[in-house]
Amino acid sequence: MAHTVLVYSTATCPYCIRLKQFLAENNIAYENFDVGADRAKADEMVKKSGQLGVPVIEIDGRIIVGFDRPRIKEALGLP
Amino acid sequence: MRCPQQRSMTKIYDLIIIGAGPAGITAAVYAARKRMDFCVISKDIGGQAAWSGNVENYTGYQFVTGPELAAKFEEHLRRYQIDLKEEQEVVSLKRRDKGVMAVRTDKAQYEARSVIIASGKRSKELGVPGEKEFKNRGVTYCATCDGPLFGGKDVAIVGGGNSALDAALQMTRIARRVYLINSFPQITGDAVMRDKIMAAPNVIVMNDARVLAITGDSFVNGLAIGHGGQENKIEVQGVFIEIGLVPNSGFAEEIVANDFGEVKVDCKNRTNIPGIFAAGDVTNVPEKQIIIAAGEGAKACLSAFRYLAQQK
Repeated sequence: MAHTVLVYSTATCPYCIRLKQFLAENNIAYENFDVGADRAKADEMVKKSGQLGVPVIEIDGRIIVGFDRPRIKEALGLP
Repeated sequence: MRCPQQRSMTKIYDLIIIGAGPAGITAAVYAARKRMDFCVISKDIGGQAAWSGNVENYTGYQFVTGPELAAKFEEHLRRYQIDLKEEQEVVSLKRRDKGVMAVRTDKAQYEARSVIIASGKRSKELGVPGEKEFKNRGVTYCATCDGPLFGGKDVAIVGGGNSALDAALQMTRIARRVYLINSFPQITGDAVMRDKIMAAPNVIVMNDARVLAITGDSFVNGLAIGHGGQENKIEVQGVFIEIGLVPNSGFAEEIVANDFGEVKVDCKNRTNIPGIFAAGDVTNVPEKQIIIAAGEGAKACLSAFRYLAQQK
C-alpha cells in the first residue's frame, strides 16, 4: 500500500540525511520540505509536532519526531 | 538469572567494539580486514563527527562537512559484512572469568574475549531551570541540525570554546542577532574564529556572564543572565548550549578513568583491564580530533588483535 510520507528536515542535519537514506533504501516515496529555507513549512512543522527539532516525519497523518526507526517502520508496515 | 545451558549458548566474539564514531568505525574496518569475529554496538553511526560543521583538517579532504565525512566513514564500514548492532546503548561492561568480557546493552547481552571502548563524548548540560523543559522547544545542542530553523530570529550561544564559536559563526549567517554568553572573562576558542566572530555585525559577546534560567511559555522566549553582579534578561527564541562534552564512560565501572571521566589508556590503547582497550574522545589521549580518534581506533584494533594472538 502506498503511504503518504512527508519529511520536514534541514539540509545539514545528520539524522535528516539518515532518515532520507532509510526511506530510499526501502523504496518509500516521500515529499521533503527544507524547513531551513521554507519558513511557512517550518511553521507548519512546529504546529504539527509542537516542537522545534528536526527531522519530523508524517506518515499517513501520523507525526513522528526524530529518526525513530522502530516507530517509522511500524507506521510504514515494514518488517 | 540465566541458567548454565543458556550461558553456554551465548556466542563469544573475538572482539566487541563499543561505539561507531571515527574511532569505532576505523577499529571495525581494521578488524574486518583482519577477519576477526566481531560486532559493533552503537546508538548511532558517525558519532560527534556527524554533528560537526565544516572539517578542514582531515588529511585528503581540504574541505568536507561533518555529515559528509561521517557518511564516507559509514560507507567504508558497510563495505564489509559487519555485525552491526545499531540503536543499542551499552549499560555495563564487566570482566568475567577466563578472560571473557560481558557487555550488557539496553536490549541484549553479548560476550567477547576483547573489547574496544570507543563510545566518545556527549554534550554537557548546563543544569539550569528551563533547560530540560524547553529541549527541542528552542533549546538545542546541535547548531548544525537545528540552526536553520532560527532564520531571522534572535538566538543565544552559551559557551566560549571552539564549539561555541563554530555554532555562533554558523548562526551569524542565519539568525538576526546572536548573543554569545561566555562564563569566562575572555573567549577561549581559536584566534581565527574569535576574529571572525568579532567582525560579524550581528554578534553581541557577553563575557563573564552566566545563564541563570531559560524562560518561555510553549517555546523559549528568553534568558536570565547574571552579569557583573546584576541579573539581566535578554529576549531570544533559540538557545544553543555549547559548553563542552562529557565522556560516555559511565558503563565501564571497573575501568580506571581520570578526573574528567576519560578512560586512561597507555600508548597501546590498553586500559587497566587486560583485553579491554579504548580509543578516541572517550580516552585521556590529548587532543580531541576526528583524525586522531580514527588513528587511535586503528591502534586499538591492532593491539586487540595482538592480545588475542597471545592468548591462544
